[in-house]
Amino acid sequence: MAGLKGWREIPIGGMILEAGNAENYLTGGWRAFRPVRGQAECIHCFQCWLFCPDSSIMVDPVNEKMLGFDLQHCKGCGICAKVCPVNAKVIKNAGEELSRDDERLCIRMLVEGQVEE
Amino acid sequence: MSTFEALTGDQSFATAMRQINPDVVAAYPITPQTETVEFFAEYVADGLVDTAFVTVESEHSAMSACIGASAAGARVMTATSANGLALMWEMVYIAASLRCPIVMSLVNRALSGPINIHCDHSDVMGMRDAGWIVLFSENNQEVYDNAFQAVRIAEHPDVLLPVAVCQDGFITSHAMERVEVYDDARVKAFIGTYKPQWPLLDIDHPKTFGPLDFYDYYYEHKRQQVLAMENALPVILDVAAEFNREFGRNYGLFEAYRLDDAEVAVVVTNSTAGTTRVVVDQLRAQGLKVGLLKLRVFRPFPARELADALRHLKAVAVMDRSISFGAMSNAGPLFLELAAALALHGVRLPMADYVFGLGGRDITPREIEPVFHDALRMAASGRAERMVTYLSVRE
Repeated sequence: MAGLKGWREIPIGGMILEAGNAENYLTGGWRAFRPVRGQAECIHCFQCWLFCPDSSIMVDPVNEKMLGFDLQHCKGCGICAKVCPVNAKVIKNAGEELSRDDERLCIRMLVEGQVEE
Repeated sequence: MSTFEALTGDQSFATAMRQINPDVVAAYPITPQTETVEFFAEYVADGLVDTAFVTVESEHSAMSACIGASAAGARVMTATSANGLALMWEMVYIAASLRCPIVMSLVNRALSGPINIHCDHSDVMGMRDAGWIVLFSENNQEVYDNAFQAVRIAEHPDVLLPVAVCQDGFITSHAMERVEVYDDARVKAFIGTYKPQWPLLDIDHPKTFGPLDFYDYYYEHKRQQVLAMENALPVILDVAAEFNREFGRNYGLFEAYRLDDAEVAVVVTNSTAGTTRVVVDQLRAQGLKVGLLKLRVFRPFPARELADALRHLKAVAVMDRSISFGAMSNAGPLFLELAAALALHGVRLPMADYVFGLGGRDITPREIEPVFHDALRMAASGRAERMVTYLSVRE
């Protein structure tokens, strides 16, 4: 475990004194499903950003645009796709239950490792 | 000015708590500790303390609340016994691991079953590997005095570990004794103000307590706990020296009573040390060279200091108020640890263990006297006839 600090160099009791350093801990490898953008037009409502439990929705706060997914940290829970109002509208218009990877959706969930993007 | 008051052991600790005036107390009632929390609840209701008193639904919650409050930066105290301690179990380890300097009164009681509410040391001996500092108290004065020292030891920047102050359930917890109660201002000056180094409530410096800690760093945090335990020994001695100067007492790691010229000694903790001291005096009057070693500090275990204190003897009898079932010869934990300490520090003498008083079975001078006679026989023959004796158990 090269590069890790010794027991005299770290805060006691497992305390983390540096705020926000979970960003350095890459957890994208846990993912079984990957969110990708579908054909439906994103309305940049930020619902996905609001509900993502892991700050994995990348946004441009100045221009208020949703930019994409931070796949270094996204664990593929699919909450973004669930709360997406555009997805809801697409499903309603289709009049049927769509599969999570349906191309017509705004946020699609693909099986991780699937070649299609 | 000190006053002299008639207090029970539980009340002695509660009185110390009133004077310490901790920021937070979270506790759940369990016999024989209940009185401590009852008295303290009165102090809270009467406005004698500023403490946030959290009445929780279980001991697990009590220790959880203590840990949270301690992480927030509060000075925290609690109290429990036996099954209450058992219900706290995972949080007991976490309190030590997260380096929370919580001070707990542990009124020793048999850990069931069958159900029993009376004294033995099976509760505290179960937590001996949990990472807590453990102090024993012979009488109500020691309960009271240990409470203040525990605060200082726990909060020392080189230690930052929780401390359990033990006393014998009912035998001292419910017995009324004369206790010198020190002036509030002197106590306040002795314990000082707690200055937490990393309070969670310091929102200008956000931090995380208790994160996931895997194979990459967990082991390093355990190694830090070892250092804290190593540091605790000199800190306990420093705090005791300061306390002794200020309040005219004589605390150390243990008390050696008539041990200098003794040939044999009994090693024992808590209230039975008082009974044993009487037996020592009686046998000394008969010209027998016997002594007593009363252990005060069990965690950290002062192995080298004990070896040096006992090195000159010809035999040692240990009295254990609990059994380590399935351990070597089904002996008690105090004996096992002392035997290892003496062997590894080059002290070779016959030793035997005397288990006694389980579930509150009375121990009187009449039962302790034969232990000294056994020790004198061991000294004469150079060997122990039996490794473990279960005193006063009916055949």
